[in-house]
Amino acid sequence: MREERRGRIAGGGVWAAGSCVDLTLVVQGVLSGILFGGVYSLMAVGLTLIFGVMRVVNFAHGDMMVWGMYLAYVLAARAGVDPYVSFVVCALALFVLGFLVQRGLVDRIVSAPHEMQILLMLGVALVLENLALVLFGPEPTRVRSPLAAAAIWIGPVFVDVARLVTFVVAVALTLVLWAFLFKTDLGRTVRAAADNTYGALVIGADVRRVYAVAFGIGAACVGAAGALVSPILPFQPSTGLSLSVASFNIVIIGGMGSLLGAFVGGLLVSLAESLGAVFLKPSLKELFSFSLLVVILLFRPAGLFGRRAS
Amino acid sequence: MKWALAGALVALLALPAVLSSYALTLFILIFFYGFLGQAWNIVGGYAGQLSAGHAAFVGVGGYTAAVLSIELGLTPWIGMLIGGALAAALGAIVGYLGFRFGLRGFYFVLLTVAFAEICRIAVTNIDALGGPLGLYITFTGNPRQFQFQDGRAYYYIALALMLVATATAWAIERQRFGVYLAAIREDETAAEALGVNAFKYKMLAMVVSSFLTGLGGTFYAFYLFSLQPNTLFGIPLSVEIIIRPIVGGAGTLLGPILGSFILTPLAELSRLYLGQGGLHGAHLIAYGVLLIAVVLFLPEGAYPRLVRALARPAGSGR
Repeated sequence: MREERRGRIAGGGVWAAGSCVDLTLVVQGVLSGILFGGVYSLMAVGLTLIFGVMRVVNFAHGDMMVWGMYLAYVLAARAGVDPYVSFVVCALALFVLGFLVQRGLVDRIVSAPHEMQILLMLGVALVLENLALVLFGPEPTRVRSPLAAAAIWIGPVFVDVARLVTFVVAVALTLVLWAFLFKTDLGRTVRAAADNTYGALVIGADVRRVYAVAFGIGAACVGAAGALVSPILPFQPSTGLSLSVASFNIVIIGGMGSLLGAFVGGLLVSLAESLGAVFLKPSLKELFSFSLLVVILLFRPAGLFGRRAS
Repeated sequence: MKWALAGALVALLALPAVLSSYALTLFILIFFYGFLGQAWNIVGGYAGQLSAGHAAFVGVGGYTAAVLSIELGLTPWIGMLIGGALAAALGAIVGYLGFRFGLRGFYFVLLTVAFAEICRIAVTNIDALGGPLGLYITFTGNPRQFQFQDGRAYYYIALALMLVATATAWAIERQRFGVYLAAIREDETAAEALGVNAFKYKMLAMVVSSFLTGLGGTFYAFYLFSLQPNTLFGIPLSVEIIIRPIVGGAGTLLGPILGSFILTPLAELSRLYLGQGGLHGAHLIAYGVLLIAVVLFLPEGAYPRLVRALARPAGSGR
């Protein structure tokens, strides 16, 4: 199949080959965009959960994700654990980190002005990013996994097995989170606290514990997302910032605090970036999502699925 | 207080005579970041609109002056003003969009970040601006080209910039404008109910702030002789700009300067001592810890605390 395509490009008329390859590229772009979108969705679901429950924006979200990646990296390099297995460990570790950050820091400023919350989380982000820089150095790395090299060809389009597995696991985790929030008592308490903190207090919910658990789960989402994406996406400590910004993008586009919005938004943004890379230069793909963000901020600040922003 | 400030100013003017060249560089950076912090303070501190994309104005100002100088041979002294004007225009666009559509808090922060990132990505992809590698300025040592053989010239220019921004902030603070900004910062809805045109004054603050920040871009470019999109437009520079006034005391006249005198030496020394041991991120970890500590323990900044400590009638021990 590969041979055939190469033959077509080399042998066929420029005109015919051009239009044919273009269509393949577009289909390929849509496919890999949607598959990568699973990771974006998982990131955004974590962020939106934290925001929905305690109205705090986790500016360290991307940096927490990078820690998930490095954890997967260390586990793969030292213990030989494949990231598609170790993502469970990474999620648990990040749950603990998120829980502690909430208990130790965020808990003190839940009712402080927005600026103060933003600055505190920026401080946490700086510490996490640069701790990774000190420990792991600035060079981009990637986790090796046998899956990363495999691909399935469907006609002229190939499906990256790593992306497929990542997508399936990310969607499964989102469903698990959904089941937790809607089917378990603790999950219902989390939603109650998000809906009406005072009301939750009145009926005797331990809101402080709920906050810490929600922050932990939000961080666990990026812990898993980071591990899952570590064989596909080369990363370095500074990747965290762009991941944070990408998560904000998605969450605002989907609607702050809306789980469905975060999920759909993740797929949409990933699709937009992927098609942007096909039609424009790959280095311009982020321009797409930022422009989308600006348009959404201006005309529908509540996002696609959000309630009115206050 | 007045005499103390006048004394400090005289000391700063005389200081280059005795400084080593390393200390001179340190002071240049203190003044420059104090200047950027003060420029940010006008919109971020006095008006309380947390712009997290001020690096974009540095970038626009710097690139404008550099391109005009390299392509047209225009002296950066004029290019600086054009760069400032373009930065102010960008500030007006961002401000208009943000304030007209009523974006507050986190949403305004994200809008400013998004604009700075759009600028960074755009410049990275424009070959005429040097793309990701950026632009380099050849050293001529000609004062007409904003270049000096003697480091002391940069010292006085940086000091002058900081004083200009501080004088601007002082003038704003003393006028009705400053009172309006404080009212908007404390409670925008209440200020509007009392008839303050919040949109107009926030716009004005944004334009003044971005113009001054744009001037700084020229200094940055011609002091370092190089411009890269990632350093001039990047989020890290925006953080550097914000953190000094916050630590010193946002919305106070001397807060940004005090913040720069505290943070810049800290950053430089830790970069010097920790960076050499391969610990490149160490000074930023210190920044992060400091930021967290300031939010938790000193939310109003160092300057108001200092003033209160000094005003306390010679209490403990004296």
